[in-house]
Amino acid sequence: MAFPLPRPQAPQLPQHLIRTIDCQQGAVRAVRFNADGNYLLSCGSDKSLKLWSVSRGTLLKTYSGHGYEVLDADSSYDNSLICSCSSDKTVILWDVATGQVTRKLRGHAGKVNCVQFNEEATVMLSGSIDGTVRCWDTRSRRYEPIQVLDEARDSISSIKVAQHELLTGCVDGRVRRYDLRMGQLHVDFISSPITCVCFSQDGQCTLSSSLDSTVRLLDKSTGEMLGEYTGHKMKGYKLDCCLSNKDTHVLSCSEDGHVYCWDLVEGSLTLKLPVGKAVVQSLSFHPTETRLLTAMEGRVQVWEAEPEVIEEEGMAT
Amino acid sequence: MASDGDSEEDFVSYGTPLEPLEEDEPLKKPIPLHEQTVKDEKGRYKRFHGAFTGGFSAGYFNTVGSKEGWAPSTFVSSRQQKAEKPRSRPEDFMDEEDFSEHGIAPAQITTSQEFSSSRRDEAAEKARAVGAQAALIPGDTLLEEFIAPARSSVGVELLRQMGWREGQGVGPRVKRRARRQRAESGARVHSCVMPPAGSEDSEDDDDEEFAPENVTFAPKDVTPVDFTPRSGLQGLGYRGLNPGLALLGRGAAEHIDLFKPQSESRSQLFGERRSGSRRGGVAGQAFGVGALEDDDEDVYHRDSMSKYDTVLGGEEPGDGLYGWTAPQQYTQRTGRSRDASYLGKILEGFTLAQNPAKEKTVFPPPSLPRDYRPIHRFHPSAPSLSSLPGVSPALAEALRTSRGHMVKEEPQQGGRHQLDSGQRRALLGEDSLQGPTSVMELLRPEDRERLLNLRNASTKTPTSDSHSAVPAAGLRAGSTVAASAPPPSPSPSSSGSQQQEALAAWRGVQPSSQTFKPFEKNPSKQARYELYLSRLRQGDRDALEQSLDLGMTEWERSREREEFVRASILYRPSSSSLSSRFTRSKHLEDDDTVEVSQEEKGDVDDKEAAVRMKLFGKLTRETMEWHPDKLLCKRFNVPDPFPGSGLVGLPKVKRDKFSVFNFLTVTESREAAAPPKPPEPGKKSRWDVSEQKEEGRKGDPLSEMLSTARTQTSAPAALPAPTSSGDQTEVKSAEQPSSEKKEGDEEEEQEEEEDSRPPMDLFKAIFASSESSSSSEGESDKEEEDTTKDGGKMESQPQNLFNITSSTTSSIASSSQTAAAASSQAPARENEQERAEFGPKLPPPAAYRGASIGEEKHSKRSRERKHKSKKQHKHKKEKKKKKQKKHKHKGKQKKSKKEASDSSSEDTDVDEDEGGDGQVSTDELLKRLKSVRSHQSC
Repeated sequence: MAFPLPRPQAPQLPQHLIRTIDCQQGAVRAVRFNADGNYLLSCGSDKSLKLWSVSRGTLLKTYSGHGYEVLDADSSYDNSLICSCSSDKTVILWDVATGQVTRKLRGHAGKVNCVQFNEEATVMLSGSIDGTVRCWDTRSRRYEPIQVLDEARDSISSIKVAQHELLTGCVDGRVRRYDLRMGQLHVDFISSPITCVCFSQDGQCTLSSSLDSTVRLLDKSTGEMLGEYTGHKMKGYKLDCCLSNKDTHVLSCSEDGHVYCWDLVEGSLTLKLPVGKAVVQSLSFHPTETRLLTAMEGRVQVWEAEPEVIEEEGMAT
Repeated sequence: MASDGDSEEDFVSYGTPLEPLEEDEPLKKPIPLHEQTVKDEKGRYKRFHGAFTGGFSAGYFNTVGSKEGWAPSTFVSSRQQKAEKPRSRPEDFMDEEDFSEHGIAPAQITTSQEFSSSRRDEAAEKARAVGAQAALIPGDTLLEEFIAPARSSVGVELLRQMGWREGQGVGPRVKRRARRQRAESGARVHSCVMPPAGSEDSEDDDDEEFAPENVTFAPKDVTPVDFTPRSGLQGLGYRGLNPGLALLGRGAAEHIDLFKPQSESRSQLFGERRSGSRRGGVAGQAFGVGALEDDDEDVYHRDSMSKYDTVLGGEEPGDGLYGWTAPQQYTQRTGRSRDASYLGKILEGFTLAQNPAKEKTVFPPPSLPRDYRPIHRFHPSAPSLSSLPGVSPALAEALRTSRGHMVKEEPQQGGRHQLDSGQRRALLGEDSLQGPTSVMELLRPEDRERLLNLRNASTKTPTSDSHSAVPAAGLRAGSTVAASAPPPSPSPSSSGSQQQEALAAWRGVQPSSQTFKPFEKNPSKQARYELYLSRLRQGDRDALEQSLDLGMTEWERSREREEFVRASILYRPSSSSLSSRFTRSKHLEDDDTVEVSQEEKGDVDDKEAAVRMKLFGKLTRETMEWHPDKLLCKRFNVPDPFPGSGLVGLPKVKRDKFSVFNFLTVTESREAAAPPKPPEPGKKSRWDVSEQKEEGRKGDPLSEMLSTARTQTSAPAALPAPTSSGDQTEVKSAEQPSSEKKEGDEEEEQEEEEDSRPPMDLFKAIFASSESSSSSEGESDKEEEDTTKDGGKMESQPQNLFNITSSTTSSIASSSQTAAAASSQAPARENEQERAEFGPKLPPPAAYRGASIGEEKHSKRSRERKHKSKKQHKHKKEKKKKKQKKHKHKGKQKKSKKEASDSSSEDTDVDEDEGGDGQVSTDELLKRLKSVRSHQSC
């Protein structure tokens, strides 16, 4: 009975291409898992937002109603709502089942870069190129935002919500964390324009990628740098970064057509995943499993740790 | 005095006191009948089952039983076992209510009647007797009385043992004379008790005759005052029909005593006089004389006031027995003499006390000296103490806490002219003034510090005398700074200035309850901190050293010292009426600067340096108060961190007016008001830079204004790599003909018109132009394919170059120059438009084409077609212009290119290359460059 526990397996990385979905919607600006990771949302530059099944790669629904390319989307925890934002300066709240526009929220003065639900999908937070984050109420019929966070001095490039905290990345080189519970705003200066910010799964760290081709892991409470990950190329494009599902690795898109994957603790490059020849624009990590979505141009790729042979054959035939 | 206090404490109060009745209180509504319910002790409603069918305590459905009914006991009797006769006790038929305290058989332990000291309820007895007389068979209660067991309390038993007999008074025996006096006085009746109706034939007269000299008598029993409440409606002193007198005639009364309601002795006890002449028949007050009555008696009772005492305690009866208790004085006076003459039987084992019980000695309070005034003055004696030679501050501290053992007598305050306003105020008990007590507090800390330093330098002369007051503003006269008693461990010089600052901030500030408590978790530390603050308020300069705990280690102390100083500066008092009216200027006078938002307090240069050194953390972190909206908190299920504050967002943040987007949102109002904004630095966005440069080239007044503003401020700012790359592509080639420029200007004008419209349109225009450029009227897809191949290559070169060169940020200028030279053919216009977006750009939608054209051709084509169809009807006029222009470009750039080649591919091609250039090595780039040159040359 007293056998020692087997040595924990080394965390696996999604390095096998399982599926390629051609989205047929222009360039895929963002790809996002839904809350449980069974579906994915692809934001196309042809003004459409598409919902796909990850396991089968089939198109489930197309949501059209935006006036310009869709830049970001997020699904609510119960999969009943989707919010998306677009270059047409609007944020749209969709009903997943019917595909109808539940609410179309105007108010931003420029294109809306990022959008995010809060945990209970009661608030949508959208960050725009006009330097504001607007908090939209999904519960009421008001068309004005609850609050406008206009502390940023440049375009908001990324926003994340975790429990009672908002994390915004801004082109002015600052990562701002709004703590609703404490009523505090923490500003971390990173100098280079931020392209993407993330919370770690445990909520203790923030990850931010910036245009100096560096991804930095900062301690949330003190702002000290815990890790720095370089090697990729991120100089001009707004590309995503993320953490793996168990916070073991840091992943980032790169302009050289790879996804770079570093060990979080050591900071060493563990995987350089060749996705294609163009820019890997967006990526999304499965919330629980070792599964990765990447978006390059018009395609979305699904990556997993183990190669699925049967699936591959099915695809081939 | 003390006994008074004791007696007050000795009161035992029972029950709940009535609520104090207030006069103005409105009358309470009477409780309606249906609400007058009865509940049992558990709060359940009790049902009234009828007065004779169980009252409130009947059982289940008006029966005595329970829900299960009444199980009859079975009677079994056999020869072997004879059934016992069930003997039921009365308790078997009682419920818990009967056993309760007020029931008929209380089951609790109470003082038995034997031990109860209550006097016999004579009034009740009398009433019973009266009732018995009124009953059919008169006198049956008397029989009961006879039969009733003799029951007497222990006290009575003891008295009996001592020789007392019923009907006698208690106490030493008295001589006859006293008794007589007493009897005389007995005629006088105190109120309430009706003098008996009988005539005054006193037996005393008879007794007197037989009084021998040496015979003593027991004192007459004292009649307790009967406080029976009046129950009837009759007036005071009314006595109704006396049935005893009415029915039993005189003769009967004399004949046999048995049936008389009151025995002789008892009537004596009650102080009644036996009536000598009694009439038969109904008699009494308010009863007239019957017709058969022979003697005409005075029917109407005449009460004379002479029968009543009119003066309280006026005439003293000879024996001094007032009422029923002998005053203490009396017994004291006579006690001694009586000892011997006390003839009462003394119980065995008891003797009369030889000495009376000792009196409690009460000490009078000390007499106050004549010149005593009830004023206490607190001497702020810390400096004077610490200034004593040879006394360490620690010792002085200890002494001070034990309140002035060693306090030297302060020189008497010379009079009211030598008091300062604060002291006078303290004497008068006024509240302290709110606000800074000196001008010093209104100064900025730096200035104050400077001033203080100046002053310290001037008054640095070592003065051993502590009373040579330092003439300083804000210093109280009482608290002089002791120069001769330096702190035992001088504070580190680094925190010296801070200490000064803290001192300046806190001096003279009145303590208020609202001061922040930074060390609340550690009470002793907080106490030390408060001590420190209080000394600071007094202007004590070595406050810090004195308020630290000497028991701590040096390290702890130094740490605490720093903490205290920091905390005192941080939480310095700010509530002052005067200072609230003035706000400190945030900057030196400089017209160019705008109000800086709270966020911008840190120096960006410092931060950049910190970032360069990778010193993230404190240097790069700023934390500020931020007020979320109430609704937002609610939606996030988070309690409002600042309940009650109406503020939302950052406190006191002023929005920068010169952000592009703020411009856009206020366009209408700006156009209306239209005062040209002074060139002021707005948001220094690295992304604005490109835009501003680009716009600066244009003739647009708005952009010109912006650009001038920006270039003034942000020219020296180093441009980061991505912008510079964007920048360079936008630099217009020098070779561009002026005609084209004009065209561009025209377009700009058009844009300007749009500018006056709401921001949406402007943005549409910006984005539309970029979109329209990507969508085009390319007719021949085939041509597009082959032209893009070489055309893309051609056009990709400058961008490739830039993407590499721009990685070195230092050589922006040179690279841009080379870029300008190289990108002579670059399609500037379109890119420009796209660059108008700020922030990191999005990768081009079709960047993969160059890499994998074969596979993706189809999809791309269809997509582009889609674009076209949508855009075409939208932006026709713009397109036309662009088309023209593009053609011109083409003509210039690629002479060899066919005229039919589609201009639409340009943009996508450029983007493609931009995206795909990541894999291109420098060697390849060089190769390409060469090829371009060869191309151009040929």
